[in-house]
Amino acid sequence: MAMPIALRVLEGHARAYRHTWRGTTIGAVLTPVLFLAAMGLGLGQLVDREPTAALGELSYLAWLTPGLLAASAMQAGAADGTFPVLAGTRWVRTYHTAVASPVRPRDLHLGNLLWATIRISVIALVFVVVAAGFGAVPLSRGLLALGPAVLTGVAFCAVLSAGVVLLIRDQFLAGLNRFVIVPLFLFSGTFFPVEQLPPVAGAIARVLPLWHGVELTRALALGTAPALPWPVHLGVVVALLVAGILAGSVTFDRRLRP
Amino acid sequence: MPPVVEARALTKRFGTFTAVDRIDLEVARGEAFGFLGPNGAGKTSAMRMIGAVSPVTEGQLRVLGMDPEREGAELRARLGVVPQEDALDQELTVAENLAIYGRYFDLPRPVIRERIDELLEFVQLSERRQARVDPLSGGMKRRVVIARALINDPEVMLLDEPTTGLDPQARHVLWDRLFRLKQRGITLLLTTHYMDEAEQLCDRLVVMDAGRIVAEGAPTALIAAHATREVVEIRLAPEEDEDAAVQVLERTGHRVEALPDRVLVYVDDGDAFVREVHARGLEPTAVLTRRATLEDVFLRLTGRALAD
Repeated sequence: MAMPIALRVLEGHARAYRHTWRGTTIGAVLTPVLFLAAMGLGLGQLVDREPTAALGELSYLAWLTPGLLAASAMQAGAADGTFPVLAGTRWVRTYHTAVASPVRPRDLHLGNLLWATIRISVIALVFVVVAAGFGAVPLSRGLLALGPAVLTGVAFCAVLSAGVVLLIRDQFLAGLNRFVIVPLFLFSGTFFPVEQLPPVAGAIARVLPLWHGVELTRALALGTAPALPWPVHLGVVVALLVAGILAGSVTFDRRLRP
Repeated sequence: MPPVVEARALTKRFGTFTAVDRIDLEVARGEAFGFLGPNGAGKTSAMRMIGAVSPVTEGQLRVLGMDPEREGAELRARLGVVPQEDALDQELTVAENLAIYGRYFDLPRPVIRERIDELLEFVQLSERRQARVDPLSGGMKRRVVIARALINDPEVMLLDEPTTGLDPQARHVLWDRLFRLKQRGITLLLTTHYMDEAEQLCDRLVVMDAGRIVAEGAPTALIAAHATREVVEIRLAPEEDEDAAVQVLERTGHRVEALPDRVLVYVDDGDAFVREVHARGLEPTAVLTRRATLEDVFLRLTGRALAD
């Protein structure tokens, strides 16, 4: 039985990872943990002087942790959907070599996403274990919340790599991070409820895909009901993932089979 | 057995730009076939269509009897591709670069291990097996790329500018390896803008310019057909009136090409011509008589020099 082609791409990532895991993993795990310590413990002291109704009377750390989990998964997905893609198309051009073999552009896209799924899962899992160690979330609930968090990360990876594969210049990446990823990270109900925003901004935040991912993750982690019905939140995140897969199968082909 | 490449009116357009313009090709098994031409002549676009990584805009193309559009993956499994850029993963070892590529072809791991041994021996890099790619010299990296292209035991190799950027010694090592592959019966298709590379390696070649084939044949036949036996290169002193000197040379009845730094005259007997030059009162600073090359063929056919 021939191995599905996307799995061969996944295997290539895994082999290469033996050399690069230190740099990429340590940063990806350390950053959210630093956020957890600074915001959850430091800022949390200040917030928790009086019980806060907007947080559902929870400690700030408990409220923040699931949001940070989803947002970190998104960032990990964004990282995998940007730099490695540009390396493949422009810096090292390994994608061009891959598609000269039986690997097709869409196999490359799918294989990359499978690999991103594993990487994001590991990063999110480490985060959950550390957060449980902080007493920020019960381990069992944290593990449950991995599902929507990883799904959110992979969905962002899919959409971003579908776009980045077409990039001809590198400068766009800095802008993408500054004007898309960081604002999403800050304003999607990660650090404070979107109800705290002015009405118009709050309405915008509710359209952002990360907010839906955060709501799902938080609902599972805290055992509460999400802001909107489950299927709506889930539908948005899944739609993002499907859109990324479909768009990528077109854009990868356009870029790599000109 | 079908020819390796069979193309009829093969055309590639990018928007309104025509990169390859209705070319006809036939390449037989075991041949070393070259696309010679300057940058932008359409060589790489033609190669990419043959390699089933770029759709054909118009015309017909069969490679190993297969349709690159419908049977792309099956076809690519039988080709070995050496791209213009090495595209090696610099952080990985030589062996890992080969192993990952081998898995793209779904080759069993033990087969890959065995082939890596053989191929690294073939490209004379056995002792670098576990070395990272990054610090290797340009020539060594190029040989790793050759080994990578051979991992699937291809019937045909597509080489895009295989020695561009290498020093003369590294080029000769590479040419020697490619010649051995040809001896093993592997068909070689290569693009180059080096006439010496084309002369060294190719049984037959097409000269391309602006997407079209302007000449086709064996290197020696092309030279015989489009150039004279010898070429006299004349350098004039800076104060000499070049136009006047060219007129004097043209009056000898031979073909004259005035280049920015020298004047070429196409003759059959170089020494006799040099005597005639002096007899006509010209006093060049340097005169060189040499054999005609594909460079002269290209100049003749297009009015331009190959290298930029």
